[in-house]
Order: sequence, then C-alpha cells, then structure tokens
Amino acid sequence: MNVLIDNSDLFLTGFKNTGILFVISAFFALILGTIVAGMRVSPAPAMRAAGTFYVNFVRNTPLTLILAFFALGYPKLGLPNISFMTAAIIGLSLYTATYVSEAIRSGINTVSVGQSEAARAIGLPFMQTLSLIVLPQAFRSVVPPLFSVFIALLKNTTVAAGFSVFEAGSIRAYLSERGEPLLPGLLWVALIFVVLVLGILTPLQRYLEKKWRVAR
Amino acid sequence: MSSVLFDVPGPKARVRNVYLNIFTALVVVGIIGFILYRFYESGQFTAKKWEIFTFPLVQQKFLQAIGATLSAFGVAAIGSILLGVLLAFGRLADSKWVRIPCYWFTELFRAVPLLILMMIMYYGLPSVGVKGITPFIAVVVGLVLYNGSVLAEVFRAGIESLPKGQREAGFAVGLTKGQVMRTILLPQAVRSMLPVIIAQLVVIMKDTALGFLITYDEILKYANFLGSQGQYGSPLIPALMVTAAIYVGLCLILSGIAKYTESKMSSRVKVVKAVKVGIAG
Repeated sequence: MNVLIDNSDLFLTGFKNTGILFVISAFFALILGTIVAGMRVSPAPAMRAAGTFYVNFVRNTPLTLILAFFALGYPKLGLPNISFMTAAIIGLSLYTATYVSEAIRSGINTVSVGQSEAARAIGLPFMQTLSLIVLPQAFRSVVPPLFSVFIALLKNTTVAAGFSVFEAGSIRAYLSERGEPLLPGLLWVALIFVVLVLGILTPLQRYLEKKWRVAR
Repeated sequence: MSSVLFDVPGPKARVRNVYLNIFTALVVVGIIGFILYRFYESGQFTAKKWEIFTFPLVQQKFLQAIGATLSAFGVAAIGSILLGVLLAFGRLADSKWVRIPCYWFTELFRAVPLLILMMIMYYGLPSVGVKGITPFIAVVVGLVLYNGSVLAEVFRAGIESLPKGQREAGFAVGLTKGQVMRTILLPQAVRSMLPVIIAQLVVIMKDTALGFLITYDEILKYANFLGSQGQYGSPLIPALMVTAAIYVGLCLILSGIAKYTESKMSSRVKVVKAVKVGIAG
C-alpha cells in the first residue's frame, strides 16, 4: 500500500496518460476501422483489395514494431516533428483499426440477407444500403467483439511505455529510479488494470450486449 | 461473399466502379508514393544504408535473432496449449474447489497487460530475491500465462459447443470422466476450434516482439541495434523494413497453415456428409 500512496503522483499521471492514449486511439480506430470495413464490402474491386491488403499487412506486424517505426523511424524522415504521445496514438489507431474493421465486417455478415435485399428492392444504392440499413444493425451485434477489441487496446497502450511515452507501463522505470520496491509497484499496476478491465469494461460490455441484443 | 450488399453491376454501375477503382488506385499510389518519396528524400535507399545487410556476420546475427524469436514462440506455443487444456479441464471439473480457482486464473491473466506480466517476471521477481530469471524465461512465462488463459476459454467453448450425446455416449460405454474428456470431447473440440487456435498462435508470434522491451535478444532488438550503427549511416528504417518483412512472412506462413488445415478439414466434413447422404439414399 505504501508504494501506491508514496508515489501517487506517478500512478496518477501514468494512468491519466494511459486513459488519454486509450480514448483518442479508440476514437480514431473506430472511424478508420468503419471506413476500412466499408471498403472491404464495397462494389469496387480496387477498394476491396486496398482494404484487404491494409488489414492483412498490419495484423501480421507486431504492435511493438509499428510503434518503433512511428517513434524511432519517423523522426528520420525529415517530416514535421510529432511528440512521442502523438506517435503512439497514430500507431495504436492504425493497429487497432484493423481489428475494428474485422469485427464490423463479421457483424455485417450477421445481418440477414433479406435486409439488404429489401433495401436494394426499394432502390437504395450501396452507400445507403450500408449506412441506413446494414451498419445500424451490424453495430449492435458487433458490440461484444468491439468491446473485446477495445479491452485489448487498453492493454496494448502499455507497449507505448517502451517508446518514451509516460504511461502506466513506464511506472516501473520511475519506481526503480526512486529506489522503491518494484514487485509491489508492478502488482499495483497489474491490479489497477484488472479493476479497469474486469470491474468496468467487462460489466459495461455485458450491459450493452443485453440492452442492444437484437431479436432474430 | 457480401455481394448481397449490391446488385450485379449494370452499365452505369460498371462505369462508376471504374471511376472508383481509379480513384482508389490514385489514393493508394499517392500514400505509398509519398512514403517511398520521403524514404528516398531522407536517403533511406542509399547503398550506404543497406551495405550493412550484405555482411555475412550481420546476416548470421539476423538468423540468430530469428532463431531466438522462433524458440520463444515454440516453447510458449506448446506451453500455452498445455496450460490451456489443463485450465479448460479445470473449469469443467465437477468440484467447485477446482472450478472457481481456474475461473479466476483465466480471468485475471487475461486482464493484465502482457507487457506488465513480463515486467513482473523480469524486474519484479528478482527484486525480491528470485534468481535465474533470464529475459527468455520472462518472455516465455508471460506468453504462456496470458495465451494459456485465452486458449483455455477457446477449448472450453469448443467442448461446450459439442452435442450432449457425445459425452453421454462416452459414459454409456463405461468410460470415466477423464477418458471421456481426453478421448471423446477434446479431439473434437480442438478440430472445430483449430482456426481460432492457430489465430492465437499468430498472436503469440507477434507478441514475442514485446521481448524487445525487456531486453530479450530477438529480431526487433537486433534491428534497433543495427539502426544505431553510425558508421553505416544509422540504417534504422532499412532495418525496420527487413524486420517487418520477416514478421509478416512468419505470420503469413502460420496463417497459411491455418487456411490449409481448415480447407482440408472442411473437405473431410464434406466427405462425411456425402457418406451420410449415400447411406440415407
């Protein structure tokens, strides 16, 4: 308990930055993921190919490597400077977007064929079929897998600690600098993550799943 | 597959699709072109930055690093599957003294970030006097604890999705509970869950790269080391490109195996169905 109270400043800023990373990355990943999912079911073959290539390429690359590219490689390209925090947000968003798009795409497949057939029968074009008929229904059945994706994102934010972002994963380095006991400190970090995941996100996931369940 | 979302294109739609294709191609070429141009502008393609990869010693070290990644992956994969099976059995046990601890074990280790688990192993345990924790052990144990818990859920879901008759038939011919689990339920569960299991193996492969952050000598760490070699023009971006190619290659091979086994098994299921139809006919 002492480690937590004595270093409350570390824990507070650390988890605050983890929260910032999580919320902003989740926001961009959701937008980009939806666009990519739309591309992957679109009528134009080139769009499908581009979406598929992006998802397959990024999903088979370790997150650590992606973050290393944006944090360490990007500054060598002579482009406008970005902070390590921004680099981590870009990397996490690009990485998570592929998982979001896969979750949404499988959700699109659960919407029964009759729905889109009916939409086409009354003359809606592809964009309207997708945005007015299919996606609103798909989003509901997508909530549980989407939440799993975001839980994974919350845990993945710790990787940014390796690339000069001060967040929950870097608390250890600062604790060892201050000569504090490491094991209790790390166990506190782990416990806070358990509380965040099992205490907040998972019950929320169950609640929304129940609330938005589609009767089929 | 999702062609239900749009009609078979008529003349107008075909023209529109051509425009969409051209537009997409332009955007993609634009993005990739911009990245390549920036690489070129900042001299990432100069011979000086790639020279280092032609040295036999560097190539040898790269192979060693790949070996380190693969050995961590191999040990962690086997360990995770074993732990997963054990925990799945535990969660399906009759006694609640086994069931409840196994439930909390899987829940807890899935909720803690893998990197934190590895840090607890590598930095936390030695600080209270546990000796002999190498980065390899920390990486493997972290991977096994996390992925074992995930796989346990996969196996459990697979076993629970089997028809009740399988278990009952097993008991009816006089098998014990352990025998029913091992010889009847688990093989079928593994077969139906194989795509998910191999997808999890790809995750293990990617997560070995976390070892970089706790000083395990794997591919990314070696690439980072090469990137700091000033006399060869600090070829960090070339080294990262090589690393990305290696990882994508390794993961695609794994996914390829997954697709192959899946297609093989679905063809076998089809055969079974055909036989059934033949009998019925």
